[in-house]
Amino acid sequence: MSDPSTASIVSTPRPEQPGEIGAPANAGLPESARKEKPRGLLGDAWRDLRRKPLFWISSAFIVLFVLMAAFPSLFSAGDAVNGTLANSLGKPSANAWFGYDVQGRDVYARVIYGARASVVVALLSVVGTMLVGGTMGVIAGYRGGWVDSLLSRIADVFFGLPFVLGAIVILTTFNGSGTSNSKWQIMALVIASLVVLTWPVVMRLMRSSVLATKEADYIVAARALGAGTGRIILKHLLPNCLAPLLVYGTIMVGSFIGAEATLSFLGVGLKSPVVSWGIMISEAQNYIRVAPFLLFFPAAFLVTAVLSFVMLGEAVREALDPKLR
Amino acid sequence: MSDILVSEQSAPGADGSGRPSGRLLEVDDLRVEFRTRDGVAKVINGVTYHVDAGETLAVLGESGSGKSVTAQTIMGILDTPPGFVTGGQVRFHGRDMLKMSAEERRRIRGEGIAMIFQDSLSALNPVFTVGFQVAEQFRIRRGMSRADAKKRAIEMLDQVKIPNAKGRYGNYPHQFSGGMRQRAMIAMSLALDPEVLIADEPTTALDVTVQAQIMDLLGELQRERRMGMILITHDLGVVADVADRIAVMYAGRIVEEADVYDLYAKPAHPYTLGLLDSIPRMDEKGQELRTIKGLPPNLMNIPPGCPFNPRCPMAQPVCREKVPPLLQIGRGRASACHFAEELVSRD
Amino acid sequence: MGRYLLRRLLQLVPVFIGTTFMIYALVWAVPGDPFAGKCGERRCPDQYIAFMTDKYHLDQNIFVQYATYMQNLLKGDFGQTFSGRSINDIIATAYPNTLKLAVVALLIEAGIGLTAGVLTGLRRNGFLDNLVLVSTLFLIALPVFVVGFVLQWLFGVQWQLVKPTVSSEMRFSELIIPGFVLGSASMAYIARVARTSIAENRRADYVRTAIAKGLPMRRVVGVHLLRNSLIPVVTLLGTDLGALMGGAIVTEGIFQINGIGRQVYRSIVTKESATVVSIVVVLVLVYLLMNLVVDLLYAALDPRIRYE
Repeated sequence: MSDPSTASIVSTPRPEQPGEIGAPANAGLPESARKEKPRGLLGDAWRDLRRKPLFWISSAFIVLFVLMAAFPSLFSAGDAVNGTLANSLGKPSANAWFGYDVQGRDVYARVIYGARASVVVALLSVVGTMLVGGTMGVIAGYRGGWVDSLLSRIADVFFGLPFVLGAIVILTTFNGSGTSNSKWQIMALVIASLVVLTWPVVMRLMRSSVLATKEADYIVAARALGAGTGRIILKHLLPNCLAPLLVYGTIMVGSFIGAEATLSFLGVGLKSPVVSWGIMISEAQNYIRVAPFLLFFPAAFLVTAVLSFVMLGEAVREALDPKLR
Repeated sequence: MSDILVSEQSAPGADGSGRPSGRLLEVDDLRVEFRTRDGVAKVINGVTYHVDAGETLAVLGESGSGKSVTAQTIMGILDTPPGFVTGGQVRFHGRDMLKMSAEERRRIRGEGIAMIFQDSLSALNPVFTVGFQVAEQFRIRRGMSRADAKKRAIEMLDQVKIPNAKGRYGNYPHQFSGGMRQRAMIAMSLALDPEVLIADEPTTALDVTVQAQIMDLLGELQRERRMGMILITHDLGVVADVADRIAVMYAGRIVEEADVYDLYAKPAHPYTLGLLDSIPRMDEKGQELRTIKGLPPNLMNIPPGCPFNPRCPMAQPVCREKVPPLLQIGRGRASACHFAEELVSRD
Repeated sequence: MGRYLLRRLLQLVPVFIGTTFMIYALVWAVPGDPFAGKCGERRCPDQYIAFMTDKYHLDQNIFVQYATYMQNLLKGDFGQTFSGRSINDIIATAYPNTLKLAVVALLIEAGIGLTAGVLTGLRRNGFLDNLVLVSTLFLIALPVFVVGFVLQWLFGVQWQLVKPTVSSEMRFSELIIPGFVLGSASMAYIARVARTSIAENRRADYVRTAIAKGLPMRRVVGVHLLRNSLIPVVTLLGTDLGALMGGAIVTEGIFQINGIGRQVYRSIVTKESATVVSIVVVLVLVYLLMNLVVDLLYAALDPRIRYE
């Protein structure tokens, strides 16, 4: 399932699980050999990242997709919405690189224009999830006690819903066939349902980071020196929890692009005349035998976009994790 | 100071000759390096020592001196990579184990040479009962039935003085105290009646009172079974009572080897001298504790000449140029110091 | 253990109520007129409106409605569709198919995922390792419907190795491709978790001890290393059985399997709300119970964990 709540490569370890049992691999090395030149974690990560081709490839693709979403006309002069029926199911040719769909629309132009919906929905959903989940996580972790229990139970309620199922129910309620929402309202609904169903994951991640750093000596010291709660959270807790959040967010953009496509594919997400990869794949499925290219091109773009974000997140995670170095 | 003053074996293994000598276990000019991303660390640089039946050799050194890596190489549990044996031999009953097949080496483990590890909590498998882990060897190596293996395992636990051995058979390692766990570890290592036992800092992780009990137990079992024992430690206090001979390691080399009595009475290497001086003494109350200045060398970049020269209070120009070989300096003792004779003859 | 179980069961109750209440409210209360667009494209038959209003107190506030619904549910009565079909029947026909599909998916993902994870964990940085890393990344990143379509097209249309859709007999051979599709993402997770876990534990002291005991390599790896490394994998598999059933909508749709996912989707399209709520309730319940089972399994597998 392209369920973004499970589709994270970053795993939050179960609290019961004992830590590392194994000895460090270099235990036999003398202290002096293990020592490294002092460098910041971020500096280290950046040095590591710069050497990775995967990082540069995925970044390049992401830049490309973002440009595509912002200025589709740079990439295609074709019309993504209107077609000529005479061209229906035309094979890829010099005129239309990716062929024509059943209504004679230029598939290349549609694939380019489809980037916008996917990227916008995914980015805004991630921002929303981060804000909601992050806030809840910080509050639960920092306040503890009954606040923590309450928020955790609420998170459980949303977590207990299988993602696709939950999204379908929410979207059919507010975006059923009888409703007449505008293009932007539909987008907002899709974003809202993604946020509502996935914030518990971010909350758990944040909560455990806050719990882990809360008792650190420097935070206790800051509190002893009279720093206020807000200041401690902003100045001390957040910067420490940001790295895993950043990684998770990047990967989540990828899985949200996939989730948006899944919902559009099921007919409960974005709808024509909005152009989206999910809609294109959904429309293509009836012609899979006669015109497989209709399925192939949007699927290839979708897959590349999802993979780019996931790989970027992976690369950053590996660079940030000193254990893997 | 020590009640075992006379050892049966007195000839040191320092002559370095390669011929079979009828010895139980010999390490001969062993060399090991660790190849890491940051460079090659020469961890063992020609270590030679031996142990015979019924005697205890203590290998003494700071962490990073290579004493544990030598033991791991003998057992064949060196992590490769990063560790690589680059030279030398490890002979068991005169046969070089480094040239044996994997299967031959495996048979020696447990039955020929067994090992006790420092941290019993991580060395015992957390998800199996202690009894299972002791009985496992009887079942797998001796082909006993479950019931027989259990009976033998309980006997073993009894022998290492675990109270209510039968009742504790089904306990998991985390349900044991540190001392009891180390006893179980000893029971496990002695299950197949090995000829040599390597104890790698067996008491470091334990409370002081428990330390003494475990050392006593080890000494007793070693005498009873006439095993050869290699006791690896950084604690001079631990060795005195149990060891017959001591080999002092520094930067992957043996720098001094001697009988316990000789070594304590007249150390023949400035490093040993420094170690002895750094033991707090009752009779020198109020005096500042002496320590060896400086840090052990970076094994990726060992200084030329004697590896100890940057920290040595007696260093002379020759120490910075020539590596002192480990030379015999008297009955049963050897030192790798250019000025060993002077040190010994000094008062 | 008994008290822990009881406490966990009690904890499940509010979560179960919260989740099901949310679904119930979304489906019945939010749209205003509870029967607007509830019976397909036509208006609901008066007879059905009267029956439902009477049975579920739909003219009263949402809490009364929900309570009545739950009461019926606890008696094992899921209600009926507007055409008068018993929802219990619908679930009873569709559920076994989904369960069958989920079990096949679980077997496939456990088999392939574990093998790949163990092999690469033991021998890191080889060709196989890189292959597995890249392919798991693909499986995790690709939306299920893309994987489904591609495999259906390749195996069913291009190479004609299998029929593109599954017949009502649900033969095992027909379920291999759909099972693979459904389990594909989890398979990748299992491979990765197993790989990390094996690679971490491989250097563990107790593995070293096992080698030092002179045990054969087969036993060191097969007993000492695997037993420890598989704990996180087994729990992952457990949680997954619940998740697979909830996630089968897309797979069942593509391969036209008459399971619970396709049923719920069809009910949504035909606006058969009573069925939607009932199926979601069942799925949530299964999911929550599986999570509880996993927790208990975890304790059984790792003696260090004790539940008070």
